[in-house]
Amino acid sequence: MRTMRSLVIAAAAVLAGVTGVQAAGEKIELPDRNWSWQGPIGSFDRAELQRGLQVYTEICASCHSLRLVAYRNLEALGYGEEEIKAYALNYEIHDGPNDQGEMFTRPAIPSDRFVPPFPNEQAARASNNGAYPPDLSLMTKARKNGANHLFGLLMGYADEPPEGFELMDGMSYNRYFPGHQIAMPPPLYEGGVEYADGTEATVEQMAVDVTAFLAWTAEPELEERKSLGIWVLAYLAGLFVIMVAVKRRVWSDVKK
Amino acid sequence: MADEVQASDADGEESSRRDFLYLATLAAGAGLGGAFVWPLIDSMNPAADVLALSSIEVDIGSIVAGQGITVKWRGKPVFIRHRTAGEIQQARADDAAELPDRQADADRVERPEWLILVGVCTHLGCIPLGQKTGDPKGEFGGWFCPCHGSHYDTSGRIRKGPAPENLAVPHYTFLADGIVRIG
Amino acid sequence: MATRTEFKNPLIRWVDDRLPVFTYLDHEYNQFPMPKNLNYWWNFGALASVVLVLMIVTGIVLAMQYTAHVDLAFESVDRIRRDVNYGWLLQYIHMNGASMFFIVVFIHLFRGMYYGSYKAPRELLWMLGVVIVLLMMGTSFMGYVLPWGQMSFWGATVITNLFSAIPWVGDAIVTWLWGGFSVDNPTLNRFFALHYLLPFVLFAVVGLHVVAVHVTGSNNPTGIDVQAPRDTVSFHPYFTAKDSVGLVAFLMFFAAVVFFAPNLFGEPDNYIKANPLQTPAHIVPEWYFLPFYAILRAVPHKLLGVIAMFASIAVLFVLPWLDRSKVRSANYRPIHNGLFWIFLADCLFLGYIGANPAEGWFVWGGRIGTIWYFAHFLVLVPLVSMFERPRPLPASISEPVLKEKR
Repeated sequence: MRTMRSLVIAAAAVLAGVTGVQAAGEKIELPDRNWSWQGPIGSFDRAELQRGLQVYTEICASCHSLRLVAYRNLEALGYGEEEIKAYALNYEIHDGPNDQGEMFTRPAIPSDRFVPPFPNEQAARASNNGAYPPDLSLMTKARKNGANHLFGLLMGYADEPPEGFELMDGMSYNRYFPGHQIAMPPPLYEGGVEYADGTEATVEQMAVDVTAFLAWTAEPELEERKSLGIWVLAYLAGLFVIMVAVKRRVWSDVKK
Repeated sequence: MADEVQASDADGEESSRRDFLYLATLAAGAGLGGAFVWPLIDSMNPAADVLALSSIEVDIGSIVAGQGITVKWRGKPVFIRHRTAGEIQQARADDAAELPDRQADADRVERPEWLILVGVCTHLGCIPLGQKTGDPKGEFGGWFCPCHGSHYDTSGRIRKGPAPENLAVPHYTFLADGIVRIG
Repeated sequence: MATRTEFKNPLIRWVDDRLPVFTYLDHEYNQFPMPKNLNYWWNFGALASVVLVLMIVTGIVLAMQYTAHVDLAFESVDRIRRDVNYGWLLQYIHMNGASMFFIVVFIHLFRGMYYGSYKAPRELLWMLGVVIVLLMMGTSFMGYVLPWGQMSFWGATVITNLFSAIPWVGDAIVTWLWGGFSVDNPTLNRFFALHYLLPFVLFAVVGLHVVAVHVTGSNNPTGIDVQAPRDTVSFHPYFTAKDSVGLVAFLMFFAAVVFFAPNLFGEPDNYIKANPLQTPAHIVPEWYFLPFYAILRAVPHKLLGVIAMFASIAVLFVLPWLDRSKVRSANYRPIHNGLFWIFLADCLFLGYIGANPAEGWFVWGGRIGTIWYFAHFLVLVPLVSMFERPRPLPASISEPVLKEKR
């Protein structure tokens, strides 16, 4: 069901804090977390982003590409040049032709964009029972209420579908996915990664971290945007005050 | 532009306070406009992905003496030449010759056997010949620009012709294992 | 411009003697007499021209980074936001600027309707305004295709297919519009070319619109003509100051959206690259097209639906002759006043319908809204204008505020 955007916003405000599936209709109520980057002065938590990168790298990246993001962008997560170089070296890029006219592979360098797990869509479908794992670069912007959608999706798997639900072969039941059947098997399990910073890798922790990471990949400009926005609005507010004063002065000699 | 419409019956102090208010407003408005122009201008400067390509790493391990390769760096050719002993000797000897843009060979290389140059003629931006074996190398055994006939020697110095300066030496560093990073 | 302004600066005087641009500016933007009772609803024309300039300026620098090719367009727009210096700012200003432009122009248009600004002698001014709205629609539609997301692609497909409703030649016209057999690279290229061209056409028509308003002078909330100099004040500094107040307030709203909710007006689906083999579950046009989209869907016949949609704008051209009342301002026309607010509500209602899928009560709701829309212009406004008894008008612009403070 689709309603006007304003109504969606109003409805989201009313439903704040509620999780679970709504009985009426097909409307799915997403979880509503307080993400660190929301609000007018929100910003990303660097430790969260770094853990999220690790979850993406060790779990998501085996199927999902991140083709709009470059390795050099990881600088924003707090990594140094050498760390980024070392990270990029793990990936092979098809390049060429060389002087012999042949295509070759070479290790990735920081200026390269993230190397996709499959060379093309057909290869991706062939390896995933015909389903195409979408690119994740803009995922939180490409879904309504993106961060909560993503987080809900990662948390919404159930071992058994509810009574009477017919699940197709090779599909998984997910509370938050439209239609509740998703081709992606549950990607996260307890201890799925061993966090470099020692954080315990619960499913929720990993879901939070990777959601934060993907919110960053979708809106890397977010922090700069908000901090500049505060200044611009403050400046305009000041200008508004003196503009009103000027207007009153100018009009003071006009008889109404 | 033309005279402003002003109420004339205000006393001096009042009108000067008003003038200040107008000026402050005008300045604030102009500041806003000026601040908006900067992103427009800056957007035309090299973007992050362009800057990320501003340094490249080249494997020079397989270039034998007497050979050179051309690589693209910042959209321009860079000549990397593995000089022979004879060429090095020639270049050093020419330090004493008549040079329009005087520079010693030792100041143009980090390791004498590797000559690395931006392959753009300092006259009007053509690419000099001399990289391929069959190319004319000019009267001084280096490079020859076909556009207006500039001759460069084995150190890439201008010797004859209209070009005013030697071929430029980019910033580079030798990394381990026969890798050079340019830029 | 009968008389030249005398300038002190010799250089200005030298230029002005040969090309009287300074005299023109002085007459039209300095001394120009404005009714002194204009309220803040009269800000929106000036705001619209500021937005147009902002759109052209940001558009030019964005075009320097954009690649009009189906394989690269989506990535190039993302690169603008990701890698280009302040690219995110410029792209978000341009993207939201379209919405801002329509907000401002719709308010401007409804203000003109309420205060009867379309009536003689301002009919041509009003019709130029309708041309501006049409040009804006064409420009924004083609601009929305350029990022080559899912909504771009499917919006382009649906809108261009409207022309297939034309009898006999419809399919040929659509093929011609596409330059192929579906929306594809040739379509994207020509849309980019036209999206760059149309704003300058728009700018020229805005110029005519401004010249026209300076011939008749502005209407005002009472709707009665200026009678004496005491009814007016000069454009500068009175309306430069008043317009600036509105402008700064508007810029605050604009900035709040750009910096804190840049995707408020957008569709998430447009952050998915166009896929010609898969239509998104719900496709909706941009919000400013929603009422017209509702009218299109309200008619259960392809050709008639398209005709109804275009007629909903075309009817604005003849509004000056549908409304026969001599009284301009709805302030003095009690029945017309009520009709105006119902019409405004009807437009919002149609917008709501347009945002929802055509099923259930939305179908007949859309029909009722559409019938009201046309009945308003073709039946109610003409009838009311003939039989309504207006309230007494004030003797002059200067008078009413003195006497009847509401």
